[in-house]
Amino acid sequence: MLLGTNLLMAQTEATANTGGQPDAPQVDWTGVAYYLLLFFLVCLGVAVIGKILKIYDLTLKIQGKKGMKWNTVMAVVCLVFLIAGLYGAYWSFTVQGSMTLPEAASVHGVKIDEMFTVTTVLTMIVFFVTQILLFGFLFQYRHSDKRRAHFLPHNNTIEKIWTIAPAIVLTILVVFGFFTWQKIMDNTDAKGEPASINVDITGHQFAWELRYPGKDGKLGPKDFRLVTAANKLGVNFKKRSSFDDLQVDTMYLPVNKSVRLNIQALDVIHSVYMPHFRVQLNAVPGLPTFFKFTPTITTAQMRTQLDDPKFEYLVYCNKICGGGHYNMQKVVRVVTEAEYQAWLSRQKPYLSDALRKELHFAAADQPKKESQNRLALNN
Amino acid sequence: MSTLAVHDHGVAHHDDHGHEHHHNQSFLSKYVFSMDHKMIAKQFLITGITMAVIAMILSILFRIQLAYPEKTFPLLTTLLGRFAPNGRISADFYLSLVTIHGTIMVFFVLTAGLSGTFANLLIPLQVGARDMASPFMNMLSYWFFFLASVVMLSSFLVQKGPASGGWTIYPPLSALPKAMPGSGEGMTLWLISMVMFVASSLMGGINYVSTVLNMRTKGMDLWKMPLTIWALFLTAILGILAFPVLVAGVVLLIFDRSFGTSFYLSDIVLNGVQQPYEGGSPILFQHLFWFLGHPEVYIVIMPAMGISSEIMSVNSRKPIFGYHAMVYSLIGITVLSFIVWGHHMFVTGMNPFLGGVFMITTLIIAVPSAVKTFNWLATLWRGNIRFTPAMLFAIGMVSFFISGGLTGIFLGNAALDINLHDTYFVVAHFHLVMGSAAIFGMLAGVYHWFPKMFGKMMDEKLGYLHFWLTFIGAYLVFFPMHFMGLDGVPRRYYAFTEFVSMQRWLTVNTFITWAAIMAACAQVAFLYNFISSIFIGKKATQNPWEANTLEWTTPVEHLHGNWPGEIPTVYRWPYDYSKPGAEEDYIPQTVPFSQTMSSNLPHDFEDNPKGLEELNKFNSTLKANEQVK
Repeated sequence: MLLGTNLLMAQTEATANTGGQPDAPQVDWTGVAYYLLLFFLVCLGVAVIGKILKIYDLTLKIQGKKGMKWNTVMAVVCLVFLIAGLYGAYWSFTVQGSMTLPEAASVHGVKIDEMFTVTTVLTMIVFFVTQILLFGFLFQYRHSDKRRAHFLPHNNTIEKIWTIAPAIVLTILVVFGFFTWQKIMDNTDAKGEPASINVDITGHQFAWELRYPGKDGKLGPKDFRLVTAANKLGVNFKKRSSFDDLQVDTMYLPVNKSVRLNIQALDVIHSVYMPHFRVQLNAVPGLPTFFKFTPTITTAQMRTQLDDPKFEYLVYCNKICGGGHYNMQKVVRVVTEAEYQAWLSRQKPYLSDALRKELHFAAADQPKKESQNRLALNN
Repeated sequence: MSTLAVHDHGVAHHDDHGHEHHHNQSFLSKYVFSMDHKMIAKQFLITGITMAVIAMILSILFRIQLAYPEKTFPLLTTLLGRFAPNGRISADFYLSLVTIHGTIMVFFVLTAGLSGTFANLLIPLQVGARDMASPFMNMLSYWFFFLASVVMLSSFLVQKGPASGGWTIYPPLSALPKAMPGSGEGMTLWLISMVMFVASSLMGGINYVSTVLNMRTKGMDLWKMPLTIWALFLTAILGILAFPVLVAGVVLLIFDRSFGTSFYLSDIVLNGVQQPYEGGSPILFQHLFWFLGHPEVYIVIMPAMGISSEIMSVNSRKPIFGYHAMVYSLIGITVLSFIVWGHHMFVTGMNPFLGGVFMITTLIIAVPSAVKTFNWLATLWRGNIRFTPAMLFAIGMVSFFISGGLTGIFLGNAALDINLHDTYFVVAHFHLVMGSAAIFGMLAGVYHWFPKMFGKMMDEKLGYLHFWLTFIGAYLVFFPMHFMGLDGVPRRYYAFTEFVSMQRWLTVNTFITWAAIMAACAQVAFLYNFISSIFIGKKATQNPWEANTLEWTTPVEHLHGNWPGEIPTVYRWPYDYSKPGAEEDYIPQTVPFSQTMSSNLPHDFEDNPKGLEELNKFNSTLKANEQVK
């Protein structure tokens, strides 16, 4: 049986290596036929092995012995599976486990990671113990004609223990989880706390738009009815606070400063996902949402930490939103305060010349051509 | 047709003239528009298996895309035409594949295929009834399901392809035909299909509940019912209470799509054009959807739990450990499953306090699940385990339930869910805990009750091959996905080529795809075994597994009304396996205690003082005799 499994595995591996059909525009029917033939050969092999086993079984019976002891065979396979599975799980944990996200780059992310570690340790103990017991029992208590099972319909004491034990463990997890969650989700700036930087992120098919407040630190209000080609977000310019808003292309964030993301969507639901900061919240049309967090590791620091000079923090979409869902990314750069201020001063205002014209405002000093080009690029 | 009519019809005829009158049924009324619960069960099973194979092929198609995002396969263009131009599945069709795979598997295979098959087959047979409470409604239930399946599959034939907003069809994506191709006619067909499906499910569910409550045979009180019946009964209650909410949600979505209402839509600018919707909330749909959607995952897993409990007890030759605890944990799961739906919505932007409450209820539901797991382990402990294919699949179900259930503790924790939501961690979690576990429960049921359904035995060795390849394959597919999720790889991505950070998972994706193909090929062993055994299988004996439950007291040849004579009376619970002092290692439910004096225990007479007196008398005479000797 196992041999058959291995054989099949080996063959699939082999086919994987030879690598599917060639890139010819025409269907390569010989390739298709090759795979079908291969499959039939495997089936044939299985049938032959089956027949051999049957004949072996019959000869045993003719000799007056009992037939194949399938119960024992299966019990042994269970044991083999247990050992192989444990090794496989260990391998997966070490090799693939090391490919997971680096340490959290935000204040609350560290707390989430701590809780993740605690939960992982607790659940993995249960995982290994129960799986070992499960497959261990299967091997230990395999069928025997000489034995009868132990009649044990219930045992109230032990049942109470294993109801209360998980209840206690889960209560601990719930209590910690509940308070961590409440703290993370608290979006308002507390009294005396320096105000968060407001960053406006708006999702649409299939890109993110970013808007930063100007010198007043306030973002102007928006209304979807005001959306035009030049005013993609529908910013309301009847309000003073809108005038100095900035439109930016990359999300720059100063390190160790609280940031409040104002999350919205124009068309369908998107989700702002920044896994390195342990940040995620859906962008829902008609329902503005917020997420407050403090980045702690700059992009440069992370690059040296990971020994990857090309590393970038990213924000991407994590809620199915259409055909381009799989490529809706924006770069996030965490920088020092000085770098941040320098970058901020280079950003262009949201109130572009085209928009000024549309709103019948006085023309700006900049030449029009350039701004139109920039708009075209943004589109 | 009323309950009474069926009863009288069955009893009167069987008592007087045997069962000759059944032979003059026409082909149409026997095999197609049958009102016999056993035939309807087979219809559900075969439709379910067909749908499962289709959904499995869909999954292989999108797995090929994920493993070889930059290769072209001209064969795909030949097979799929405009959906796979230039030998590559298009991004929109990829989402259609994912959506329809999920929809078919969750609803058509694991709800209708699982509950429909085993509730229909087992409820009348295990509680001792001649048929369902309303056989005609039962037939309608199947045909509505069949129609729903046809409509769902027909969406592959419309110009823009099937629905593609994910099986959860969140608006506005699903509400705006211009948002994606699949939200056009394909979505309309999806909605029509689901309304019919829910109608089917309700008709079935009402039947199951009324049969269990009203038509149990003499002596079969609720605490003597096998765990399969308990599970199917509670599943039906869940379905009756939860599915109408989905219909409500779907009907409102139909209104938004076709009649210009704004239940779910507000402030939308699609491709630069303002839409005339105001005041609705997309979150409302998610609440309505998950009010069904979460009970739905228990609708899927509870029958699998019941089936596995029964099979593990029979094949360990040991009573199920903690029968009462098993029932109470099922009831606990049923009740709690209605107040946990919000854990699917932690990061939608709903009130964080609400998220906190849902997190508490969600982690509470882990307690009954843990109790069930420990009880299964205790059932195996010191058993005398026979490895039938059914037993192996039941064990596989337990293994998957543990592996997938534990990751639920991560996802149920709102704080951890922030970073895991909608990643491959979730995909791994639910495919193990409700996908693989439930399908293994279903396969266990098929192997176990095949002799009852078709009067033939399935080939055991092919069953072993099928089990190990599928079991190993499923772990190889889903285990690595946890780590992809922990690296922040989102689900429902057409390709991971656009992100430098995700490209290193490509080799893992290729491996997963080949593991999936191996597991899919293993299903050929099952299909061959299933079909060939119907025709050339070894003839089954009446009670091939030496089980206690009532269905094994019926004759191998099916007859309308199930038992040729009177319906047997039940005297004991269904788990008297390996009782000390008994002759055999099993005592069927129909054997009265008076015939098993040597094995009776005081516990058997808890609410029967007369019986206890008899037992004491018997024991004292036994002692007296021994003393004489």
